[in-house]
Amino acid sequence: MRPLVQSESFMTIAAPLALGVIIVVIWEIACRALHIPPFLFPKPSDIAAKLMSDWPALLGALGMTLRVALQAFFAAIVIGTFIAFLFVQSRAIEMSFFPYAVLLQVTPIVAIAPLIIILVKNTQIALTVCATVVALFPIISNTTLGLRSVDPGLVNLFRMNRAGRLQTLWRLRIPSALPYFFGGLRISSGLALIGAVVAEFVAGTGGRSAGLAYEILQAGFQLDIPRMFAALFLITLAGVGLFTIMVGLSKLALGAWHESEVGADA
Amino acid sequence: MLAPNDALFAGARARGAAPVVEILSADKVFPNGTRALAPIDLTIAAGEFVTLIGPSGCGKSTLLKLIANLIEPTDGRIVWWSGAFDKVGAQGRTIAFVFQDPTLMPWARVEMNVRLPLDLARMPVAQSRRRVTDALSRVGLEGFARHYPRQLSGGMKMRVSIARSLVTEPNLLLMDEPFGALDEFTRNRLDADLVRLWWDRSLTTVFVTHSIYEAVFLSTRVIVMGARPGRIRKVMAIDEPHPREESFRNSPRFAEHCRALSALLAEVSVEQTRS
Repeated sequence: MRPLVQSESFMTIAAPLALGVIIVVIWEIACRALHIPPFLFPKPSDIAAKLMSDWPALLGALGMTLRVALQAFFAAIVIGTFIAFLFVQSRAIEMSFFPYAVLLQVTPIVAIAPLIIILVKNTQIALTVCATVVALFPIISNTTLGLRSVDPGLVNLFRMNRAGRLQTLWRLRIPSALPYFFGGLRISSGLALIGAVVAEFVAGTGGRSAGLAYEILQAGFQLDIPRMFAALFLITLAGVGLFTIMVGLSKLALGAWHESEVGADA
Repeated sequence: MLAPNDALFAGARARGAAPVVEILSADKVFPNGTRALAPIDLTIAAGEFVTLIGPSGCGKSTLLKLIANLIEPTDGRIVWWSGAFDKVGAQGRTIAFVFQDPTLMPWARVEMNVRLPLDLARMPVAQSRRRVTDALSRVGLEGFARHYPRQLSGGMKMRVSIARSLVTEPNLLLMDEPFGALDEFTRNRLDADLVRLWWDRSLTTVFVTHSIYEAVFLSTRVIVMGARPGRIRKVMAIDEPHPREESFRNSPRFAEHCRALSALLAEVSVEQTRS
């Protein structure tokens, strides 16, 4: 049997995990040795304690933020894919609309979020719209690129066999676009979360619809720094979780055939 | 030498056979002004194995694409089975094209790749399954139906591509340097398999190649083309019995044909440089 250290799949999980543990331990020891007070820079144990004691509020906030992020992500997939299909229908459509898609992408969300929050009465919807705007572009650009990246030989083959427009779409264009589409999903899932958090910061809404960003703001006002770190930790966890789910989905869909998902051993 | 049985001569089989494709003064000028083909006249009869050979840029591939109706001639016309291209696809009138690359769908298993032309023609899977199995066994890939293309070698991918072209039971098989990217051993084996398939199925084949040996081994007729603009320079019949075995490669007759063809090609290229 090979030692575990040589196993690729073991190392991809174990190596970063070990590094993480080492950093946390050093952090804990350094904070204790230098007597840094928790309101300046909390120890990992302070953050963990906060997570334990405040978990109902924090988990609720995580749920709110995740809800906005997932709604936005879903909306971005639907709208982005639709726009991409529209773009590949004709060059004229793409040429007229693409610059505006770029405009949407390069305008900082912080700058337009107040406007959206004023225009849209319902805060939940306003936050979702902001996050959607952020998450939309990678889906549009990647799916468009994918739908266009079709092997010209296969196009000829389909033409030779008198394939209809719909047959070519289903059997050729969509499968060819999938690797690009999943690449777009990975980027977009993270952006949806970032969009949701940024929008919450701008909106600053409290009450029942308080997300993790609001928790961070409140903790800052109250100098409850461990709670701030706890909220931050949960955001990071949510982001990593989303990314992992996207990687898993991509593997599920492309694992059998696409180079990016096929291991070196195959 | 023994007089070969005349019935075994594919040339004889094709002689007097109905034309499958007639190219009537068809030429091709590309939109950028490049004259790829001067007016060409060529008739391909049922049962022939015609090879197009010539230097790069002599329009071999362009001519093949014209026959496949992948591109339209600038002038002149092309007639399939004495009719327009609309007649292709009816019973007994199908064209299959094998490209330089295997051109397989990487996301589809071998069986689905082979089945594609039948799927596109909306044949029920229950009906097409037997044809797919048959085509795969003809190219020697019985056990590979459930594999993905990436799991196959270059030669095997090309076999899948050939199986896909056979699955429609085409009456005209067009091949554009199909084995050009393969090593010599694989190429020779595929050539031998191809010539047997062609003979067994009474296929009509137009084949593009750079290789003199391949042209002589496979063809009943070799068309030597010249460049700038592309046109037919010489026609050479290879009247040898079929089906040809590997041993034909080592026969003095084979060497003789190769020498003659190579001389023709040299002649064409000399004229080329002079003009």
